[in-house]
Amino acid sequence: MHRRQNRYGSSALKYPEVFFMQFHESLAQQKFIALQKKRQQTVKIVRILLLIGVLMLWELCARAGIINDFIFSSPVKIWRCLFSMILDGSMFLHTGITALETIISFLLVTLIGIFGAVLLWSSKTLAEILDPYLVMLNSLPKSALAPILIVWLGSNMKTIIVAAVSVAVFGSILTLYNGFQHIDPDQIKLINALGGKKKDILFKVLLPGSVPLIVSNMKVNIGLCLVGVIIGEFLTARAGLGYLIIYGSQVFKLDLVMMAIVVLCVLSAGFYRGISRLSAYFLRQK
Amino acid sequence: MIPKLDIQNLSYSYHTMEGETQALCDISFQVEAGEFLAIAGPSGCGKSTLLSLISGLLKPDTGEILIDGERAEGGDERIGYMLQRDHLFEWRTIFSNACLGLEIQKKMDDAHKNKVRELLKTYGLAGFADSRPSELSGGMRQRAALIRTLALEPELMLLDEPFSALDYQTRLTVCDDISSIIRERNKTAVLITHDLSEAVSVADRILVLSERPGRIKSIHSIHFPEVADSPLKRRNCPEFSAYFNEIWNSLRK
Repeated sequence: MHRRQNRYGSSALKYPEVFFMQFHESLAQQKFIALQKKRQQTVKIVRILLLIGVLMLWELCARAGIINDFIFSSPVKIWRCLFSMILDGSMFLHTGITALETIISFLLVTLIGIFGAVLLWSSKTLAEILDPYLVMLNSLPKSALAPILIVWLGSNMKTIIVAAVSVAVFGSILTLYNGFQHIDPDQIKLINALGGKKKDILFKVLLPGSVPLIVSNMKVNIGLCLVGVIIGEFLTARAGLGYLIIYGSQVFKLDLVMMAIVVLCVLSAGFYRGISRLSAYFLRQK
Repeated sequence: MIPKLDIQNLSYSYHTMEGETQALCDISFQVEAGEFLAIAGPSGCGKSTLLSLISGLLKPDTGEILIDGERAEGGDERIGYMLQRDHLFEWRTIFSNACLGLEIQKKMDDAHKNKVRELLKTYGLAGFADSRPSELSGGMRQRAALIRTLALEPELMLLDEPFSALDYQTRLTVCDDISSIIRERNKTAVLITHDLSEAVSVADRILVLSERPGRIKSIHSIHFPEVADSPLKRRNCPEFSAYFNEIWNSLRK
């Protein structure tokens, strides 16, 4: 009945026995907890062992000459490459530039996405007019735009950011607009019945009620922005992880390429964790 | 005496690309100040449309709606509307939910805030002012929703099946609760319901609508002895089943 309201409701109130059990654990419950804990531990250990195993296998194969370490590189060579670049500071420059471009384009996408979706929501006619164009732009492979962007904007960071924004922004507008349409019409009726106007609906119902949607859309956007930034850096950059990858492959320094990919993995995982933290904070606040 | 609410020859149709649906046809009735009117009828007979028209959310095709003898404008401050579900927002506390109407009408001063606090206290929600809606029971939530409406000090309350989303037991107590609050504050009320026993137990008069397009079929005055002053007590009176049958027969005709 109150499905919508209960989304982040606490379950503790509904299930007092959860508290009860902590003081009077039966033997079966203790067994269950022990089993679950053991399973979680196994997951953690095997996870780490898997990583170590793959790295060791890779290194061994490279040393034994089973794979060519000039083409496939090896964990030790990647580590040496990373270490030397950390020492001369260039690693921080490249990672920092990619991170900066990603954050700027992510913020732009989030702002333009919310603003655009609100604009479409505020006028049904406008939404109907723009719908086919947005769908078309959304499904267009954005890498096709990159050469034009270079000609228009020059070979610089601006181009990379615009490319990254173009990858995510249309999908973001469409997703948010779709979500806005599923708002409970009775909640709008309530605001009207209390004498509210469209502005009140926007700020009292639509935006606060859409926080979970906006946050989940942000999680998608951060990944897409990173894709856009790397595409942009492949084409025009003189610094950044995407530049390192394309430069390394052109001069056949595969250690450099692999190292850049590893750093990119860590960077994207870090971004995702950051957004997840942020969303957990927001959802608790609201 | 000028009636609180005066409805004259009201008609309304819904328009879609597929065609036109007439929801209400030539409805006329009056509600006196302080009176509790229930409107009963089969589902889809335009009951909710009638409330939306009175509250000004919809504009009538033909006919007049007069409040205190004046033509009602949309968003009239004298009207309070209670919906089927409480629609308390989970991202607000009970207190700020109750203040929603005040915020929208830009009346968030200390006097009004204190009034909301007092209402919460009077109706047993003082301890829950800072709680989230999900922490409250169904009955408490509906009371909080009523306080949200009462905070704007409406004179005419429109109740759109406000108890229908509750389970039967809660429904009886909440109905008792809410109707006594409304009577005690001397509000005029129009209640929409498809539950005949509910209508008989709370109303001074019952208006029966026909199937679509809704027309007035009959109007019944309800009189109970003085001692039966709450819906639950009314349900125990011998008159109760007589009224129930009278309206049941009128609905079936």
